[in-house]
Amino acid sequence: MSAHTEQSRFSTPTRPQGAIARRQLPEIVVGVCLLAAPFVLPHLGMSADLLTRILIWGLFGLGFDLLFGYTGLLSFGQSAFYGTGGFVTAYVLTAGIVPHMLLALLIGVIISAFAGLIIGYLTLRRTGIYFAMSTLAFGEMFYFLENSLFKEYTGGENGIAGVPPPEISLGFTTFNISSGWPMYWFVAIFFFVGYLIARRIVRSPFGAVLKAIRGNPKRALALGHSIQNYKLTVFVIAAAYGGLAGGLLGVFQSYMPPDAFSLDTSAQLVIQTVMGGAGTLLGPVLGATIWLYLYEGLQQVSNIGAYWKLILGFVFVVLVTVFRHGVAGGVLDYMRRGRKTTKEIDPDADTSAMAQLNIVAPIQGGRSGAPVLEARGITKQYGGLTAVSDVTFSLSEGELRGVIGPNGAGKSTFFAMLAGELATTKGQVFFRGQEITGIGVTAVCQLGMSKSYQINQLFESLTVRQNAMIPVLARSRGKFRADMLQSLHRSSGLDEQVNAAIELVGLTHQADTLVSELPYGEKRRLEIGLALATGANVLLFDEPLAGLGPEERVHVVALLKSIRKGRSMVIVEHDMDAMFELAERITVLYEGRKLAEGTPDEIRMDPAVQAAYLGGMDEHESA
Amino acid sequence: MPSMSLFLSQLFNGLATGLLLALISTGLTIIYGTLGVVNFAHGALFVVGSYAGFTAYSLTDSFLIAIAAGAAVALVVGLVVERGLMRMYYSRPDEDQILVTFGLGIILVELVRSIFGGISLSVPTPEWGQGVAHIGSLIYPLYRLQALAIAAGTLAVLYYVLYRTSLGLIVRAGIEDAQMVNALGINVKRTFLLVFGIGAMAAGYAGVIDSPIVTLSPDMGHRILVDSFVVVVIGGVGSFPGAIIGGIIAGEILSLTSMFNPAYSHVMLFVVMALVLIFRPQGLMGQEGRE
Repeated sequence: MSAHTEQSRFSTPTRPQGAIARRQLPEIVVGVCLLAAPFVLPHLGMSADLLTRILIWGLFGLGFDLLFGYTGLLSFGQSAFYGTGGFVTAYVLTAGIVPHMLLALLIGVIISAFAGLIIGYLTLRRTGIYFAMSTLAFGEMFYFLENSLFKEYTGGENGIAGVPPPEISLGFTTFNISSGWPMYWFVAIFFFVGYLIARRIVRSPFGAVLKAIRGNPKRALALGHSIQNYKLTVFVIAAAYGGLAGGLLGVFQSYMPPDAFSLDTSAQLVIQTVMGGAGTLLGPVLGATIWLYLYEGLQQVSNIGAYWKLILGFVFVVLVTVFRHGVAGGVLDYMRRGRKTTKEIDPDADTSAMAQLNIVAPIQGGRSGAPVLEARGITKQYGGLTAVSDVTFSLSEGELRGVIGPNGAGKSTFFAMLAGELATTKGQVFFRGQEITGIGVTAVCQLGMSKSYQINQLFESLTVRQNAMIPVLARSRGKFRADMLQSLHRSSGLDEQVNAAIELVGLTHQADTLVSELPYGEKRRLEIGLALATGANVLLFDEPLAGLGPEERVHVVALLKSIRKGRSMVIVEHDMDAMFELAERITVLYEGRKLAEGTPDEIRMDPAVQAAYLGGMDEHESA
Repeated sequence: MPSMSLFLSQLFNGLATGLLLALISTGLTIIYGTLGVVNFAHGALFVVGSYAGFTAYSLTDSFLIAIAAGAAVALVVGLVVERGLMRMYYSRPDEDQILVTFGLGIILVELVRSIFGGISLSVPTPEWGQGVAHIGSLIYPLYRLQALAIAAGTLAVLYYVLYRTSLGLIVRAGIEDAQMVNALGINVKRTFLLVFGIGAMAAGYAGVIDSPIVTLSPDMGHRILVDSFVVVVIGGVGSFPGAIIGGIIAGEILSLTSMFNPAYSHVMLFVVMALVLIFRPQGLMGQEGRE
């Protein structure tokens, strides 16, 4: 792993050395702290055993933080993997199946990861609270399994005693690692390597997608990322970390306790992570330090010892209520003050050569002359209500089509069906001659069609640049790629594409601003920018002018005009003037049906449209 | 192969366990359904209720007063928590709500532990519940039969409140669209307070009913929390009928499996939950598209 880091350090010669040192600063600091801890912390009353225990929890927490802090998946069942790794490692060692300790740890990790794959597959079928509840329940299942089905191997309530002390044989010589400080060093190496890997994951394209999933899973999906695969992968990674930590626990204590499987273990992990600060990687180890140090300290005080968990409960509730980012989060916030947010993309990357954003080449094999986008009799029913009824629609190459209709005409439903977000009840949708009905929004986006939303769907806690990166990554990497060990900085062409997209929507001056701090008008432009950055050659805009002031409207209309080259577009809009100015042809929807279609002039003159919409506006609006 | 009478008695046992589980889970599910909050302190409220009942029972020797006390204490705790804490959390992300209720659960359980100690306590069966009942050839502990009747009766009352009263209508409308209900001039905040209180009360009440059957310990809250999660995942989160059906299914699985091998009873429960997650992820009575 460290060899890997070296390599990347030297293969980016264009970057100034100082920037690299700064970028690797956390790794350096963690390394120095691990080295210094045995010389400093004993003066604070921390023993080697306590520090080792803290690092085991910290290692367990690295995986959990990737899952919870970065991807936003709150699991209450991590004990399952901690216990599995621990018991598998302890069993193969004590039963003499695998004499080599490192190999035994590896087997523990692999089996935990496999357990993670199964549990992840089941629990990730639902999100949010369902996920938290079902992981908690499955975590308990492992506790029961340990006590029943696998009792013969795990010793049931007794656990596995007599795990041999670690020894590493290198053929010519054998290291015996005794308890105390040698054990600390042994575990510290695992922790450090685990940390390096976690850092790489966080800073990889894979990690960027994880953050997008946390921020707005729906949009990450719509921008062409198969978020289910990402979630499952990170779940398995977290399980592997848990398995390694559990294996080390057994080796460290020479005993594997059954309560590794208990709900208390999962709960302790969650609490430590939140106390230390989720989404920082080091939060869990800080939280573990606080937890274990406090625990040892309070046991010394005779009157308080018994109430220690009660105190912890109060502290935890207060922390969650007012200080949500934990200790590490608080420190980071403080450090960031006054300094611009970290730049993940080089702002000086060449934009002039890429004045125009790459557009996906139309898919090969499509029938030539076929319409770009075609809907054949699509219908959507919700129970007895028919939102869209038998609409046929066809968009030709390079066309800019407007879709209008009074409120409740079914425009948004129609649009969602075109974009693959909503299944049709009846009818089919074709994209360049290929049927895309029901293939889902992610696949549609990967084919080269993207949609911007009526209500902004942005990644609020990321910067403008990081936002624009998400669709560009979907474009360059496809639906899913497990490139978690690759550096984001080395993805070729990424910087140029991101900068071009930002420039196109006029947000270069705000590139490193958090989206949550942008004014509404600029958010609106970024909303369009995200769709553009997918490189889609067919764009669907759902009320791009919604909520904008007159000045911003002019801006956005000009923007929409400027991006026409090489793209086909459909715009749903309420603003008639803008629509008549922009569109070549207009489709009018009324009460779920297609009422008329034609050039702006034809539509203006159409008596049916006038009656239904233009002339009868007041009637319908007030109805 | 177990005898027919054993099978019948286990089937009955399963129903009793199931209805108690259903009762506990309805509290969880109506709070979620109305407020959108999964109360991870639900198991702790069960513990609080059963210890309050235990105290009242040993002071007064009346089990009816014990039931009332358990329910009342849990209700008060629920109301205080809603006013003092949960209100700040309705607009915060799910994970914050989960974390804070979880922390709250720790506080409640540790308070119980610091007052009563960590050792297990047993609650004697009330006088009117001692002895056995003969149902045909079946001999069955009388209290279990009564507990079954009490749980069924309470569920019927809850059903009546939720589906036949205007409060129930507001609650169910609030489940669909709380904002709209608010806009219609109904004080949603007060309804939320009431619902949280009722949900907490259901847990405390069930805790007392359950107490003569099990031994009390502050740690039993975990088991209750897990079991009620399984029940609502099987039945569908936020669905009242789902909680009842899920409860009965869970009770029967626990009871019938333990006839063959008690060690596997809980494992079987999770297997069924996994099957539900695979084939009907929204739960048996859950609606598609609601998380």
